[in-house]
Amino acid sequence: MRPFEYARALDGPDAVARFRPGTMYLGGGTNLVDLMRLGVAEPDHLVDVSRLPFDRVEASDGGLRIGAAVRNSDLAAHPLVRERYPMLARALLAGASGQVRNMATVAGNLLQRTRCPYFQDVTKACNKRVPGSGCPAIPGDHRNHAIIGHSEACVAVHPSDMAVALAALEARVHVTGPDGDRVVPIPGLHRLPGTEPHRDTVLEPGELITTVELPSPPAGSSQYRKVRERASFAFALVSVAAVLDVGGDGTVRGCRLALGGVAHVPWRAERAERALLGAPATEEEFVRAADAELDQARPLPRNGYKVPLSRNLIVRTLRELTP
Amino acid sequence: MAEITVRVNGTEHSLIVDTRLSLLDLLRERLGLTGSKKGCDHGQCGACTVLIDGRRSNACLALAVTCDGLDVTTVEGLGDGDGGLHPLQAAFIEHDAFQCGYCTPGQLCSAAGMLTEPGPSAVTEDLMEDPPLTPAEIRERMSGNLCRCGAYVNIVTAIEGVRR
Repeated sequence: MRPFEYARALDGPDAVARFRPGTMYLGGGTNLVDLMRLGVAEPDHLVDVSRLPFDRVEASDGGLRIGAAVRNSDLAAHPLVRERYPMLARALLAGASGQVRNMATVAGNLLQRTRCPYFQDVTKACNKRVPGSGCPAIPGDHRNHAIIGHSEACVAVHPSDMAVALAALEARVHVTGPDGDRVVPIPGLHRLPGTEPHRDTVLEPGELITTVELPSPPAGSSQYRKVRERASFAFALVSVAAVLDVGGDGTVRGCRLALGGVAHVPWRAERAERALLGAPATEEEFVRAADAELDQARPLPRNGYKVPLSRNLIVRTLRELTP
Repeated sequence: MAEITVRVNGTEHSLIVDTRLSLLDLLRERLGLTGSKKGCDHGQCGACTVLIDGRRSNACLALAVTCDGLDVTTVEGLGDGDGGLHPLQAAFIEHDAFQCGYCTPGQLCSAAGMLTEPGPSAVTEDLMEDPPLTPAEIRERMSGNLCRCGAYVNIVTAIEGVRR
């Protein structure tokens, strides 16, 4: 690991004031410390933001304000999250291990890097790690990579479960930075790789997430489902966050769908949502909606399985949510 | 370099550390507490699990410098201080919950932390309940601790016994 200077920030403004080129903010460290050990991240300065006073979960305006430094385990166990945002609690509990959830922060979960094996191996080329060096995943091992929204430069996926639920809940991220405060919606925080896969999000250097804000819960019932290679402590092959509101006449009044494990971002399935609005809540229509979304999938030679897996997971989850 | 004060198993230590030092290496190399094990050094195996301020954590993923002012409990500090075993340690012996023993300190600290954690897990049906620790709940909650000897069956039994 390359030597670095360490400072613990006192508050948000202090953290931002300490930021200079070569600085990285440190939350729970469950991803960043690992990346530093691997040589993937080489900060000159670490500014520790894990003990900033962004550690509360509070009800506000019918919604919820979640401090950026709240630990994943505390958020999942919070009574308001379990009662009003069960899909978020499910997504959090589906991620990582008890130890990691105890350490990892909410903002760190959003900003964690892909687990693409080429990204994590400094002896390999990777456009995300070294722009312009190439993408060995495209001709190589890409079983767990993207099927949608990827580019010739990068086929990595975003690894978070929590972010998929937040995309379906239309959360907003409050950010402070050298040029002041702003609010960034999810989806919208993460970006597709395009020709700049080294940029995971739209955040500018020095910007720091302070709060994640949830609007009031959408009408209907919700669920988070995740398919993975072992029953626990594994990243998603495909996951889905779904909200379904069915009217008394059996038609869909509202629908939110977001997919994990398929794209460089938590993927909001807007085409499927549009296809379902006003349609009968039947398996036939769920299949049609899933296909409307997955028509734009461009699977790689060895991850085509994710297309039917996504379709089946969407259909099964919507069927479960149908009264 | 940075100066830190950490309380480990009730004893306060003031040390000057390289900022790159992990809590795990601090415990093992500087304080001689070799109970906590280095398995993967990536947070994937759980052999390094300790309690930081009472919460189970991967000591390999915690930089020592971030633990300034915090309270750490390792497997050496789980017992009653007079040489008596923690009930989990006694249960692991009674139920033969290990073979080579390498993962055991992490399993013990993880189980000790797990027993105090509120709320549901990924396998809990009703999110609003604090479910009883059935074998399925224990298996899910202990998934951050790997055992290459495959002593899982007896580890679950041992933890179940303490819970009862």
